[in-house]
Amino acid sequence: MYIVLLVLKNALRHKLRTILTIVGIVVAITAFGLLRTIVDAWYAGANASSSARLVTRNAVSLVFSMPLTYEQKIRQVPGVASVALANWFGGVYVSERNFFPQFAISAPAYLDMYPEFILTPEERKAFLADRTGAIAGRKLADQYGWKIGDQIPLRGTIFPGTWTFTLRGIYDGADKGTDQSTFFFHWDYLNETMKKQFPRRADQTGVFVVQLKDPQQAAEVSEAIDATFKNSLAETLTETEKAFQLGFVAMTEAILLAIQAVSFVVIVIIMAVMANTMAMTARERYGEYATLKALGFGKGFVALMIFAESFAIALAGGAAAVALTFPLARAFADAMGSLFPIFFVSEDTVIMQLGAAILVGFVAACVPAWKAARVRIVDGLRAVA
Amino acid sequence: MSMAIPVNYIARNLVARRLTTILTAGGMALVVYVFATVLMLAAGLQRTLVSTGQDDNVVVIRRGSQTEVQSGVDRTQAGVIESLPDIATDAGGRRLISKEPVVLINLAKRSTGKSANVVIRGVTPQGLELRPQVRIVEGRMFRPGTSEVIAGKSIAAGFRGAGLGETLRFASRDWTVVGVFDAGRTGFDSEIWGDAEQLLQAFRRTGFSSVIFKLVDAERFEAIKQDLENDPRLTVEAKREQRFYADQSESLAKFITYLGTSISVIFSIGAIIGAMITMYASVASRVAEIGTLRALGFSRAAILTAFLGESLLLGLLGGIVGLIAASFMQALSISTTNFQTFAELAFSFTLTPSIVFASLGFALAMGFVGGFLPAARAARMKIVDALRAA
Repeated sequence: MYIVLLVLKNALRHKLRTILTIVGIVVAITAFGLLRTIVDAWYAGANASSSARLVTRNAVSLVFSMPLTYEQKIRQVPGVASVALANWFGGVYVSERNFFPQFAISAPAYLDMYPEFILTPEERKAFLADRTGAIAGRKLADQYGWKIGDQIPLRGTIFPGTWTFTLRGIYDGADKGTDQSTFFFHWDYLNETMKKQFPRRADQTGVFVVQLKDPQQAAEVSEAIDATFKNSLAETLTETEKAFQLGFVAMTEAILLAIQAVSFVVIVIIMAVMANTMAMTARERYGEYATLKALGFGKGFVALMIFAESFAIALAGGAAAVALTFPLARAFADAMGSLFPIFFVSEDTVIMQLGAAILVGFVAACVPAWKAARVRIVDGLRAVA
Repeated sequence: MSMAIPVNYIARNLVARRLTTILTAGGMALVVYVFATVLMLAAGLQRTLVSTGQDDNVVVIRRGSQTEVQSGVDRTQAGVIESLPDIATDAGGRRLISKEPVVLINLAKRSTGKSANVVIRGVTPQGLELRPQVRIVEGRMFRPGTSEVIAGKSIAAGFRGAGLGETLRFASRDWTVVGVFDAGRTGFDSEIWGDAEQLLQAFRRTGFSSVIFKLVDAERFEAIKQDLENDPRLTVEAKREQRFYADQSESLAKFITYLGTSISVIFSIGAIIGAMITMYASVASRVAEIGTLRALGFSRAAILTAFLGESLLLGLLGGIVGLIAASFMQALSISTTNFQTFAELAFSFTLTPSIVFASLGFALAMGFVGGFLPAARAARMKIVDALRAA
């Protein structure tokens, strides 16, 4: 009991120094937590994907489409429950800065495949009944202040012209991992317009989303679908939705790795700061350590005291940082809007933050504890004089 | 105003407490390293794309399409553009205009096997003349009318099947890589080039993606842009080639700069606190010394300057070490998807004089902020109290 008191008293002896060190740790561990959360957000799309869905695209690249006739052939492949169409639209809402994903989909097949997008029955009916209708995620609608019935103009970059949609529904996510920043409208509307303007580009789709009867059969069904279109004009590449999403993550992997590396740099920076604090603290107290030893306390006890003090400071900072990370992450997500559709602090992040705090406390105490343990009573006592 | 405390005295204080100096300056050096590398990355990206375009070349794409890959210019429209009077001619009297199909294909990276989108551009002999920076460094040029391609050196090195003598399979054909070209660290280093007509056939396209031509008089650009964009037969927009590529670096460079600067500023708080702790300790352990200096006639301002100087020196030391470490990053190049074009782009870390100044300024600012309060405490001390503390 007295030892705990001694450690705490020691830690508070230089109040300003201890407070500054704790503030430093809070800043560093909070920054570490936020950076890990940004990395998580990158993978969020892949984590939210279902293992019961496959995505079929043109084998050359996503820039190339596939003929609509493939839909029937894919449906006939054993193991396929249903097929839906989806097309990346890439329109600009008011200004280029307002980026959010937009897809032309074959509702209702697509909506049935994604039960995690929750619409009220009335909204669903209204959307299905309106050829130029659209639905948007709750987060997206909040960001631009859209209400049901609003007219939303999108300037096409891939499909020329300005397209105006009527918002018929706002969907919620089944859980916090569901993307609520996407805009969906009818594939038929896109196709009919293309038929009139650019007949060559009609009856084509970017991807087919395939619902499996049994998720265990993902590999066989993928192979069977691709075999169906082997040596045709548009060969296909079918993969699980997760692999498809991870493909996008992999493209920007270099940036992701840099963020990860940097998130560790901040821990090293704070380690240097904390090590400096502990080194200075121990240096000032060699006389006391010698006294303790003279009174009969062992080397281990002296070292333990330094470690305990270091851990107390580091964990105080670490705990405050974890508490601070949650509101900051929320504020960051609000500021970023639809850029990071899914943004929340995971349990793993919290564990890593506390682990980092313990590591900082441990590393910072190593050298001072070793030096203090080795201090000879005579030298230590002389240091006082 | 009395005399100042010698710089030598200030510097020696840092040497006297070596471990503390190393730890504090080390923290600052890491912050400066992150700050500098991020700016170098953004500068490298911008330099690569800005130098890709020529000032007297014009790129014409479909209005509103933003990138060549999303654009489409059909043969009729391309013909109208071709009839413009302002197009330069080469020594042989041929008009320097190139109608090019540009698509993306998925290729697997040699290092990880993961795939990324690579630009394939169909070019004509005129297209090559429009890009004088492109030189074949290995193998030879593709022969027109064949399934031969040449690969930019970043792609040849980074992707499976894109090296000299290897073959790529796409659009139901095998394409042999017969040459590797160096485009002088521009965006073209991240492209594969083939015969325009062959690629159109293979991808079953009837129209081109973009039309590029060289102006007789670069000053006439605005007038020509007006002509093209107001022509009722055309639905196109024209940009100077240099502007066109520079614009493509905008969002990724902005993203890197914003993210990197915010990270550096947050990190710097840690380093500033480190400097503050060090400087407070430095003041606390030298109270008697400060009293003596004051008694000798050094003014409060001189004391303030001395401690602030010590902290600035600490910052400068960190800044220089951080910059030296960052300068080694110039040997590295990074290859990632530019999310504006959705295509792979290789670029390297580039250290510019303005980054050197910004980093050193940042380091000195950290030293100043960290040292100010401790220095003020030292300067405020009363001579009697300070001497009694001894």
